[in-house]
Amino acid sequence: MNHDNYTDQYLRSVLDKVRTIAMVGASPQWNRPSYFVMKYLQGKGFRIIPVNPRAAGQTILGEKVYADLKDIPEPIDMVDIFRNSEAAGPIADEAIALGAKAVWMQIGVRNDAAAARAEAAGLPVVMNRCPKIEYSRLHGELAWSGVNTGIISSKRQKRV
Amino acid sequence: MSDSPKPAGSGFGFETRAVHAGASPDPATGARTTPIYQTTAYVFDDADHAASLFNLQSYGYIYSRLTNPTVSVLEERVASLEGGRGATACASGHAAQMLAFFAFMEPGDEFVASRKLYGGSITQFGRSFKKFGWNVIFVDPDDPENFRTALTPKCKAIFVESLANPGGVVTDLEAIAKIAHAAGVPLIVDNTLASPYLCRPIEWGADIVIHSTTKFLSGHGNSMGGVVVDSGKFDWSQNDKFKSLSEPEPAYHGLKFHETFGDLAFTVAGHALGLRDLGAAMAPLNAFLTITGIETLALRMERHVRNAQTVAEFLAAHPAVSWVNYAGLAASPYHALAKKYLPKGAGSVFTFGVEGGYESGIKIVEHCELFSHLANLGDTRSLILHPASTTHRQLTEAQQIAAGAGPDVIRLSIGVESVADIIADLDQALAHAMKSGA
Repeated sequence: MNHDNYTDQYLRSVLDKVRTIAMVGASPQWNRPSYFVMKYLQGKGFRIIPVNPRAAGQTILGEKVYADLKDIPEPIDMVDIFRNSEAAGPIADEAIALGAKAVWMQIGVRNDAAAARAEAAGLPVVMNRCPKIEYSRLHGELAWSGVNTGIISSKRQKRV
Repeated sequence: MSDSPKPAGSGFGFETRAVHAGASPDPATGARTTPIYQTTAYVFDDADHAASLFNLQSYGYIYSRLTNPTVSVLEERVASLEGGRGATACASGHAAQMLAFFAFMEPGDEFVASRKLYGGSITQFGRSFKKFGWNVIFVDPDDPENFRTALTPKCKAIFVESLANPGGVVTDLEAIAKIAHAAGVPLIVDNTLASPYLCRPIEWGADIVIHSTTKFLSGHGNSMGGVVVDSGKFDWSQNDKFKSLSEPEPAYHGLKFHETFGDLAFTVAGHALGLRDLGAAMAPLNAFLTITGIETLALRMERHVRNAQTVAEFLAAHPAVSWVNYAGLAASPYHALAKKYLPKGAGSVFTFGVEGGYESGIKIVEHCELFSHLANLGDTRSLILHPASTTHRQLTEAQQIAAGAGPDVIRLSIGVESVADIIADLDQALAHAMKSGA
């Protein structure tokens, strides 16, 4: 996988196969980027389970916060990492161990060694991207903000 | 932030993107041409939806001063053609310049600009920007090192025109971009005269591109507009110069734009801060007309530059013409730069000097029958102007000469008419000036 340039098809394939996302580094503060992403994805029908040892036991946007990925008592489709690139390594390994179907690292987060391990285990990996931005770009919403989505289509876009 | 992704949509050709980018069929009705969304406001689904929109947590329309569906199509289209990440459209080219600097300038800040700019920009930067405490330092752009020498610790940007108005001056974008980046500031390029068909400054290192869409993009002299395109490549957090993008924004409860929106930060701020508070939104009808104009940008520019080259060669051989400043002529000092930055043609706006100076200049503009005497450019129609008595008259004579708009200078914007008719009109006007002159 070329992690400098993902095709739209690849990003769609990742987002289309996940419903439950564990968000590692989710913040309870409403003005933090992770909160924005969680709220947006919830609105699109994703279930987001926040992971943050400093907020464990609290609730973010109606969801209980867990201290560690391993503590989540239900299956996870994807792990979304809001931590630094170094910390992303062991988190990706936990994702593999838990049987997640995909690993996503946020903008500014990139760990090629961890990505190679996840890919070897059959998990697609996206790095240095935001699922909120990519979901909204692929579904036409990002264009509402003047962004170059790269989507060229003569088909009517489905409302999201 | 490293490894910026390739500009979205770069797999499609320029002409395809000029027709399609941003404009899938209308999701509500299936209308194939982009509808004119002539509305001021948009209903919220519920209070939580409204709160999410105001907090910038969800995407959606609130009020047409900020965003409008017709205007968004134009924004995405120009961003795509320039190879940018996003764009903010606004009421005029001057509004675009205001909006670009407003994103990061604070009172006491400075920027370095070419002194060979559209006269209105020299006035806007040199006089009106001072009221905000923004100080411009003008330099001769012909030696890129002049920008390096002029930079001060307070400087937040370098500003140039790719193809300068009115003088046929081509700017060495690649060299100046390197100087800007070495100083940790963005290069802002006004690309109005070239259009993205002839030159794409982001490919040469520019960080922000500005257009007066009133000109070649809309192309038919029927709608005012401006746009600021962000490359998405500039790291606003690399130093402490760009606090309004890198530090908590009080009006959004401490949100940090660059951290939250990544390479979309400048475009989000352009709408959520710039248009919100400066208020210079583009009208949806103007966006519609500009979108329609852009569909034929490549076709028109091909004809514009072909006609301009022919007219420039005619004038260069005319006895009443003392000089022609068109970078497409081999004799132009900018010819080598034009070959590098404008390989498809050196634009269709240029100047020439007429024997007899100021008086002859006025006679020529008054005796044209096909050329329209007016203060615009980039129209399908051929246009003529005497800058010293019009667009550049608010400058001192020294500033006029520095800007390439001295008393004997005539500016042409060559249209897409039959080139023989364009030449015949100039020929008779020149003959008239020679006959009645002296």
